[in-house]
Amino acid sequence: MPAHRRGVVFQLYLRIAGYGFRRHSTYRAAALAGAFTNTIFGVLRAYVLIALWEARPGLGGYDVADAVTFCFLTQAFIGPMQVFGGTLQLAQRVRSGDVAIDLMRPASLQLWTMADDMGRAAYLFLVRSVPPTLVGAALFGITVPDSPWHWSAFGVSFVMGVLVSFGWRYLVALSTCWINDDRGVNALSVILTGFFSGMVLPLNLFPGWLGAFANAAPWAAMVQVPADVYLGTREVWGALAFQGAWAAVLLGLGAFATAGARRKVVIQGG
Amino acid sequence: MIELEGVGRSFTVRRRTGRLLRREKAVVHAVRDLSFSVAPGEFVGYLGPNGAGKSTTIKMMTGILTPTEGRLRVAGLDPSRRRTVLARRIGVVFGQRTTLWWDLPLRDSFELVRHLYKVDRNTFRQRLDELTELLELTSFLHTPVRQLSLGQRMRGDIAAALLHAPPVLVLDEPTIGLDVVSKAALRAFLSELNAERGTTVLLTTHDLGDVERLCNRVMVIDQGRLSFDGTVEDLRATAPDESSIEDVVARLYTGGGTAAAEPAQQLGSSVAQ
Repeated sequence: MPAHRRGVVFQLYLRIAGYGFRRHSTYRAAALAGAFTNTIFGVLRAYVLIALWEARPGLGGYDVADAVTFCFLTQAFIGPMQVFGGTLQLAQRVRSGDVAIDLMRPASLQLWTMADDMGRAAYLFLVRSVPPTLVGAALFGITVPDSPWHWSAFGVSFVMGVLVSFGWRYLVALSTCWINDDRGVNALSVILTGFFSGMVLPLNLFPGWLGAFANAAPWAAMVQVPADVYLGTREVWGALAFQGAWAAVLLGLGAFATAGARRKVVIQGG
Repeated sequence: MIELEGVGRSFTVRRRTGRLLRREKAVVHAVRDLSFSVAPGEFVGYLGPNGAGKSTTIKMMTGILTPTEGRLRVAGLDPSRRRTVLARRIGVVFGQRTTLWWDLPLRDSFELVRHLYKVDRNTFRQRLDELTELLELTSFLHTPVRQLSLGQRMRGDIAAALLHAPPVLVLDEPTIGLDVVSKAALRAFLSELNAERGTTVLLTTHDLGDVERLCNRVMVIDQGRLSFDGTVEDLRATAPDESSIEDVVARLYTGGGTAAAEPAQQLGSSVAQ
């Protein structure tokens, strides 16, 4: 593809991301309620984790400050990474048959959905990630990366986390093409994501083979890995490579599934 | 502009049988051996009872569904192979679905269409002004789509489908749910579009007023096959003793007319093992 056409295509998806951002900004009350809930639960979790680390100092290689920071960081990931299950609208569009319209457009269904979701994540980052973290910092004090390099490594890792989350949720949403209903898969996804991402408990507390599995599975790339990059408890290039690999695998599977969906497409209704 | 030659589309469905966990495969023919061609500038009504295969035909014409048999060309292209190129030459509107961004002002959806179809800024502005005037969009161009009435949303959807000036427009029940005034306005617009720009239009509808006022040709599909093709006058002539067009079409649908010789067999049960 010539460079100028690539530019035009990029502009299209950038615009879609912008629309995704603005679309979500119309649900301001929902976002604020989410931010409030994230903050309150952050405080509760912080007390639990403080109690745990005071009883078992140095557990999992974290000290108390690390644990509290981990707590508020992961609270901040809930919105952008949709840790507690956020279905893509795509699933509903497959169910209703509206996806017919999406498939007709001269654009990639996957990139379109991804751009929209990145816009959503950007909005939720501002509304549901930043304020709870600031509250946590004010109440308990959290550690902060010590250099611009460290900050930017975290920035990249955060975006990668959102990409992996999208890659996973896109597959969940597209499964609707084959099983007609995404509720079961979605419930499973919520459990898997919540537990294996490190949201419920840091993955470095998981014992033996369970820990090995959790640290190798894609969900770790959404929460545990970016949190470790922030805390400086994981080697940056290894962390980014891990996230990049899972993003590539999930997005690749997504592209494959999209092609399959196009072939099999039984568009429901009318 | 549109050519179908022996086009068929069947779906394999799995049905539960009486015995536990046993499933059998069944083939459902949504469309079979469909042949017709539409010349540039024609305004064709595409009728048929629910489940006759109208939407399946449209999905094949737009390239999102590949026919299992036959050959099909739209605007000189094989739709399923050249879907994205074809998308730039065809406009599609589904009366029961929308391409507009629900939470954003109507104007934003149009702006995205400009990027999607790579329409240059000046041409876009000119077309949008024209469509805004013809479809009377001015008063709600900056209103979020979710706040629009059905008639307004429909006009918005039609504008969105025409901003890239496609030579072919396919409308799937565009007047569904519209009040008489909105309907009349929409019909006037479509008629003008066809007469002045020479846009080829294929329209599916259950509103026979649309057909009488707009279409110079009518095709009826039933059980996946073409059962009638001719002018509105020809259509009336199939049942000269019926006074209203509704009754004429009803007879055609229920197999009372001369055209439908096959035993009545609904799609859902036309299952071949």
